[in-house]
Amino acid sequence: MLKYTVRRLIESLIMVLIIVSVTFVLMRMLPTDMYFTEEQMMKLNDQQKEEQLEAAGLLDPIPTQLFRFYRQLLHLDFGESRRIQTGVPVLKVIESKFTVSMRLGLISMAISLVIGVLLGLVQAQYKNKIPDHIGTVYTVFVNSVPSLVSYSLVLVFCAHVLSLPSLYSTRNVGKSSIPPLICLSLASIAHYALWTRRYMVDESTKDYIRLARVKGMKSSDIMRKHVLKNAFVPLAQYIPASLLLTVGGSMLVERFFSVPGMGTLMIDAINRYDTNVVQACVFIYAGLGILGVFLGDILMMLLDPRIKLVGGGSGR
Amino acid sequence: MSREPLLSAKDIEIQFTLRGKVLKAIRRCSLDLYEGETLAIVGESGSGKSVFTKSFLGMLDANGSITGGSIMYQGVDIAQYKTEKEWLGIRGKKISMVMQDPMTSLNPLKKIGKQIEESINLNQGIKGEQAKKMAIEMMHKVGIIDPERRANQYPHEFSGGMRQRVVIAIAAACRPQILICDEPTTALDVTIQAQILDLIRSLQKELNMTVIYITHDLGVVANVADRVAVMYAGQIVEYGNVDEIFYNAWHPYTWALLSSLPQLGVKGEELPTIDGTPPNLFNEVKGDAFAPRNKQALAIDFEEEPPFFEVSPTHKAKTWYLDPRSPKIEQPKSIKMLREKMKK
Repeated sequence: MLKYTVRRLIESLIMVLIIVSVTFVLMRMLPTDMYFTEEQMMKLNDQQKEEQLEAAGLLDPIPTQLFRFYRQLLHLDFGESRRIQTGVPVLKVIESKFTVSMRLGLISMAISLVIGVLLGLVQAQYKNKIPDHIGTVYTVFVNSVPSLVSYSLVLVFCAHVLSLPSLYSTRNVGKSSIPPLICLSLASIAHYALWTRRYMVDESTKDYIRLARVKGMKSSDIMRKHVLKNAFVPLAQYIPASLLLTVGGSMLVERFFSVPGMGTLMIDAINRYDTNVVQACVFIYAGLGILGVFLGDILMMLLDPRIKLVGGGSGR
Repeated sequence: MSREPLLSAKDIEIQFTLRGKVLKAIRRCSLDLYEGETLAIVGESGSGKSVFTKSFLGMLDANGSITGGSIMYQGVDIAQYKTEKEWLGIRGKKISMVMQDPMTSLNPLKKIGKQIEESINLNQGIKGEQAKKMAIEMMHKVGIIDPERRANQYPHEFSGGMRQRVVIAIAAACRPQILICDEPTTALDVTIQAQILDLIRSLQKELNMTVIYITHDLGVVANVADRVAVMYAGQIVEYGNVDEIFYNAWHPYTWALLSSLPQLGVKGEELPTIDGTPPNLFNEVKGDAFAPRNKQALAIDFEEEPPFFEVSPTHKAKTWYLDPRSPKIEQPKSIKMLREKMKK
């Protein structure tokens, strides 16, 4: 167990390093003109540009730059943002954004887990009856209607019926968070409901459930003591990853409600060639993604005795 | 038979609704079960053996229901039971079941000991340490070595035969009066089969249970049963003591079944098989359901359903062959051969 954990951690670390390095090298291979705005391009002559790049260390050979990057990484220093917020340390830029994204993400995840799993339970309990059909209609609706359309519906509903602000604002965080929260939760509620129902139904038709009935167990007890846990195992695997990746925010929702979150940061950074910010974002996303999968595997192992994660691959 | 039956099913009809169509899985099927006996129900797949016995426990699938007849058990007609609460008085406590596939019959995420304990505290109301001790004792009883350690293991750490022992322990821990074994050895390999049958037999004696075997393995039947009921197309067509069925059968379907026993085959000759397929139970069956597959069928077999004729006080068969008006029909050679073999 411990050996396996350590091994997986080292593997994960290497994985992150590879991803980050590849991104780094790719970014450095783009033409250096991209570092300047149009205004700067017109104002500065070639020599000035050269000097600026030189000063920023961008003209050193790529391996040198890469090692400098690694050295900084050890101190968790991602340098300064060049364009997004010129001169501000990248971590500061990200910090302000990810707290916003993460707060929204975590709340929405809590909401969707509770509502989604409950909805799935109800659907499984009343399989092929009206509550199940309602749930299915919801799931199909959310999944088939383009997100922007359903977001617009939420927006209209919130603005006109509940008279909530239609844009996120830092001055009125509580109220203005509600519409983006609803939008964030819509799809994940459907997701959790769908899978909970599916796994519940799957489990409840298994032979061991029949044995439990034969030995005189009440249906409600069977659901609680046998089906629920077994149905939750396959769902649990993805929870750590989803939890960690809430930090990333949702590009669509954040743009739609102009939430100043992480969702659009990376795209902006790429478009505006803010290499340091891109690097940091890639590092965070890759690290959290891999960590999430890893934690999911550990969680599965704790929940399901059949799963033995043994190092060396021979025991699988 | 003067004894009072322990459980008496009379004219049971069971229907399933499948995509709007009605399937009559059991067509007026009657059966008496006597205390302490071992009854085997044999018949081919789809003949309704499992469905029939499942109805004693209220374990029919949601789209199926008992539409006629009665099941008298301890003075109550349990065929009338509708709610789960009513059935909970029967399931486990009075009638329990061992299912076919031990590989899937246990909850993969629960420790073996806990699963047996569950059964003990549901049916005997004993909890905690005491239940744990009883579970371990039960495991010992069903022949699991080192039960203290094994109780803390999960099903995947058990072999098929061992799991079936656990399933039997769970069923027996309910202390039922009647134990239904639905093909308990089908999924196991031959060497294990005999052990499991022995186990069931010894538990039956010890706990004073009445056992119903559902099987299509006539070898098992000869081995364990006191009485045999032969089922075909949702009906019992012949029943009697095990000797009477094996050596003096009268229903053409029983003949066909026995003739296809590999033990009776002559080297070099092809083993007899039963041609055709069982009737489609979505349709109304007219006359004797087996007639279309019976080469010696009488004209009346296609017209009218035969009643039960008595061969001996314990042996009855549902065939026109036994009607005094019927033309003289001899039992086939293979049945006589069986009788010869027995005499030796």
